[in-house]
Amino acid sequence: MIKTLAGYVREYKREAIITPILMVVEVIFDMLIPFIMSMLIDEGVQEGNMDNIIKYGVLMLIAAAAALFVGVMGAKTGARAATGFAKNLRWGMFSNIQTFSFANIDKFSTASLVTRMTTDVTNIQMAFQMIIRAASRAPVSLIIAMVMTFVINARIAMIYLIAVIALSIVLGIVMGKSVVFFKKIFPKYDDLNESIQENVTGIRVVKTFVREDYETEKLKKASGNIYKLFTKAEKMLATTAPAMMLTVYACIILVSWVGANFIVQDAMTTGELMSMLTYCMNILMSLMMFSMVIVMIAMSEASAERICEVLNEKSDLHNPEEPVYEVKDGSVDFNNVVFSYHKTSEKPVLHEINLHIKSGETIGVMGGTGSGKTSLINMISRLYDVDSGSVEVGGLDVRQYDMEVLRDQVSVVLQKNELFSGTVIDNLRWGNENATEEECREACIIACADDFVSKMPKGYHTYIEQGGTNVSGGQKQRLCIARALLKKPKILILDDSTSAVDTATERRIREGLKEKLPEMTKIIISQRISSIQHADKIIVMDEGRIDGIGTHDELLANNEIYAEVFESQQGGSGDFDEIGGED
Amino acid sequence: MPGPARSFKEGQKIKTENPMKVLGRVMKYVSRDYLVHVILVVIFIVIGVWSTIQGTMFMQTLIDDYITPMLGQENPDFGPLLHAIIRVAIFYAIGVAAIYARSVIMVYVTQGTLRNLRDEMFAKMEKFPIRYFDTNTRGDIMSVYTNDIDTLRQMISQSIPQIINSLLTIVMSIVSMFILTVPLTLFAIGMLLVMVLATKRFAGRSGKYFVKQQRQLGQLDGYVEEMMAGQKVIKVFNHEEKAKEQFEKLNDMLFNAADEANKNANITMPVNANLGYISFVGSAIIGGAMALAGFGGVTLGGIASFLTLNKSISMPISMMSMELNAIVMALAGAERVFNLMDEEFEPDEGNVTLVNIKEGTEELIETSERTERWAWKKPETGELRELKGDVRFEHVDFGYVPEKTVLHDLSLYAKPGQKIAFVGSTGAGKTTITNLINRFYDIKAGTITYDGISINRISKGALRKSLGIVLQDAVLFSGTVMDNIRYGRPEATNEEVIAAAKLANADSFIRQLPDGYNTLIKGNGTSLSQGQRQLLTIARAAVADPPVIILDEATSSIDTRTERIVQEGMDKLMEGRTSFVIAHRLSTVKNSNAIMVLEQGVIIERGTHEQLLEQKGRYYQLYTGHTA
Repeated sequence: MIKTLAGYVREYKREAIITPILMVVEVIFDMLIPFIMSMLIDEGVQEGNMDNIIKYGVLMLIAAAAALFVGVMGAKTGARAATGFAKNLRWGMFSNIQTFSFANIDKFSTASLVTRMTTDVTNIQMAFQMIIRAASRAPVSLIIAMVMTFVINARIAMIYLIAVIALSIVLGIVMGKSVVFFKKIFPKYDDLNESIQENVTGIRVVKTFVREDYETEKLKKASGNIYKLFTKAEKMLATTAPAMMLTVYACIILVSWVGANFIVQDAMTTGELMSMLTYCMNILMSLMMFSMVIVMIAMSEASAERICEVLNEKSDLHNPEEPVYEVKDGSVDFNNVVFSYHKTSEKPVLHEINLHIKSGETIGVMGGTGSGKTSLINMISRLYDVDSGSVEVGGLDVRQYDMEVLRDQVSVVLQKNELFSGTVIDNLRWGNENATEEECREACIIACADDFVSKMPKGYHTYIEQGGTNVSGGQKQRLCIARALLKKPKILILDDSTSAVDTATERRIREGLKEKLPEMTKIIISQRISSIQHADKIIVMDEGRIDGIGTHDELLANNEIYAEVFESQQGGSGDFDEIGGED
Repeated sequence: MPGPARSFKEGQKIKTENPMKVLGRVMKYVSRDYLVHVILVVIFIVIGVWSTIQGTMFMQTLIDDYITPMLGQENPDFGPLLHAIIRVAIFYAIGVAAIYARSVIMVYVTQGTLRNLRDEMFAKMEKFPIRYFDTNTRGDIMSVYTNDIDTLRQMISQSIPQIINSLLTIVMSIVSMFILTVPLTLFAIGMLLVMVLATKRFAGRSGKYFVKQQRQLGQLDGYVEEMMAGQKVIKVFNHEEKAKEQFEKLNDMLFNAADEANKNANITMPVNANLGYISFVGSAIIGGAMALAGFGGVTLGGIASFLTLNKSISMPISMMSMELNAIVMALAGAERVFNLMDEEFEPDEGNVTLVNIKEGTEELIETSERTERWAWKKPETGELRELKGDVRFEHVDFGYVPEKTVLHDLSLYAKPGQKIAFVGSTGAGKTTITNLINRFYDIKAGTITYDGISINRISKGALRKSLGIVLQDAVLFSGTVMDNIRYGRPEATNEEVIAAAKLANADSFIRQLPDGYNTLIKGNGTSLSQGQRQLLTIARAAVADPPVIILDEATSSIDTRTERIVQEGMDKLMEGRTSFVIAHRLSTVKNSNAIMVLEQGVIIERGTHEQLLEQKGRYYQLYTGHTA
């Protein structure tokens, strides 16, 4: 994990290395100062020697100035290294996600990816800055201060050594325990927030059943539990500050007593005693700091793991070594295709599919939820790879094509489709970034989108809000079809893409496609018989198998499922919503 | 109707308008429940700081009064030193105890306040009108519970005590320094001012960039969210490089702000520490010169103590500067928390309640048992009126915002047991009608009556209990399947729940779940199919057994077979009840007593299926897909 993350320091490596060095230098200067100070008192003030006072004073000032310079430098490089590292991590995740196949995308939810790229990266940024600044500074400071005390008076220094060991044990136990504790509490805390979120989402249900008081009581109970757990953990952590002060005070008292004895016996000077007392604070503060840094780092471990999960996720689809850059025609062949989303699952999503579609044909696909319709068409543009068998487009295995070329030639309008914030034109140009406005219009005319787009306040330059919230479901679907057409594909796949478009308009789209783009193979998935009944061939899917293939009349005569669905949809299109409303 | 929630919809502000007012409110809130605790904490902080200063002062006495007199003596008497050390040890012990007590009390204050805040926010939120939830995004509301509460935790547990501590340390140190020597103190105060200025400069700049960083982070957040949601579309369109381009821009902007913010925050520490050293050296030289000249009665021990005190004030200044930044950010969060708490409740001025009445009698006799008969009770007169399910709209106008009317002069009636269907395109106002019957929103003009009583006179709880609503999105809660169905009526027995599930056609699939009725549902039941979730919500309404049903059919396409099962469930639920159906499917509409065709908030056609077909109007067009 550390290795993965460390790779992303990249161009900030220089800063990341310099920072700890600068911190160490700063610490050395910081440590020198009390030492010079003791000399200033002993050889200057004590002996009444003004020259010495000035000499050591100037020395101290130089040391302070140098420490300041180094400190400011370290502050800058530390910030740059940490924020740069964070930038690289975000970039690394985002660009890796862009290489994800559909299978990879399915693994992560949108919300979790957003959290990983924001909150988690910020946590790591802070931890990283801690590591290169405080985590290198504190131990060095501790060691140098220890060495200095040994130089001044080894016997008194022993007191500190014992204190350090004793305090580290106490801090180690307390912090170790509380980290474990906190890690256990955090998921509970997440649960609490999840149940609040549930209420925000389901408020209509809560109010409908008049369950406000019940929900409030439920939350009170949950938050009361969290309160108990947190106070327990925090109380444990609350012992660290007094433990530290206790050690400091014990040291001061011991050192004062022992030091006084030494001074009386002439084994030590007052200035040295002063320095010893200053170092006492230095040593124990560094220790405290160090232990806090370790806790912080331990707490950010979960974030690091979540980030690495994204960074290490490898796309399971790869371009072939010698890719083919041209798709000959729009024919599609499935040869004994078996496919499942999870390689371990017993029941494949597609069973031994054999299917042959000629270029330019119109194919309808229907079947119940989970029958494998979407999986079937996802194989054609190689959004997933088959487990066994092969899928051929234009007579060649899809795995032999350059993926970009293949996906340009096989244009899919997804079931769950999205428009992006930007103008209508911007959105259409996703299909072809060089498309002229005229070309966009043409595509919209075929998709029956031109009528409503030209009625919009700014026509093709109307701004589409994030998620396409300012167009209706049917309008969105029509724009998505137009966008897909702009690719000028050899195969167009509509995955339930006209469910919110009324029957009359849908018919116009179908006719437009047939008339204007006769060469293009069209594959249409729909729940509505009327959308597919005029197709050259209709495929009925059931539980991952092809239950029947044929024309409308053939299937009506000899396919039970088809006949049943047709029966249920007789006498109307079955779905009123959106029907023609926006025209 | 003015929208109370709209003032909140300005998005996530990063800076507060009136920080002192918000801070005051935070303090008031904390001390409301924890006044004694807070006072104790302040006392313990004072004791803690006092004992630290005592320790520093002890060094003066240590060298001057105890060590120096013993120097050069044949048989030095360690007695006085021992006494002094024991005395100071007691001070220290008190100090340590004070620090411990303070830390522990603070844990209770912080966690307790957070718990109370959360409970109170939630309890209040449950009483907000639906408008609040419709005008605020889920993300914004949740962020108050998570991010804002979290910054408040930091502020209460850390920033405020730290600032009090730092301030006290500075003040008490300066006072002690004045006692030691006035001229040196004046010098030190001069240096202190320089430090404050330096801190202000760097901390101010850092604060500015932190605000900027938050804004950039928000932008990046939004972009990533949009791209991640559309990731599959990006793939299908080979749009990866384009997506990266824009991301890189936003990422760089965020980096620049974060870099500046952190840099300036980091610089504060070494600048202050080293200015502290300079002050220290200056004091040493001046003090040394004064001691040598015998000016101002400065002693060697005095200088030592002074120097330590002097050093001890640079640290609190850096601390304060850092905490001040944290407080500025936390106050913005606190303001959002209070904004939420200040939202207005859903008013409920109705006082007509719902009671059970005895079955099998002509006379209306109130009973505490649960029966199949209900009556409205007017509290003033005690008059009972049987609940029949007669709902009438008379000349109703409504708009979500005053400027835009969604429903115009709508009149309709549903006699007890009738089924009324609404059809029409999205945005025609179908769902709005359901929002009005149960008073999620109040109408602008006209009246809606329920069994002849204006719905404004019925208490909202009673009104909603008398209505069963199956909403478009099938929302479920974490818990078992049993819990979810029972949500409709908490006192329902297991048998009643199962009976409701059977009625809703949900029983057979529930039995196939791994733990049957005890299967845990998580995350809005994503492990269940859309159709299964709908069946559960139908069962939930069925267990409540309300006299009036409102169904908002889901638009999402479920396959024909499941659809039929759902349809049957709905039909059974509607049997014998007054029902309002927002219909998307023909089968639902056909057997309605009346079908309303809505267009832009106006009923343009009404009648039975056959009547409407004959009219060859809009309904005919919708139904056949042909323009007449």
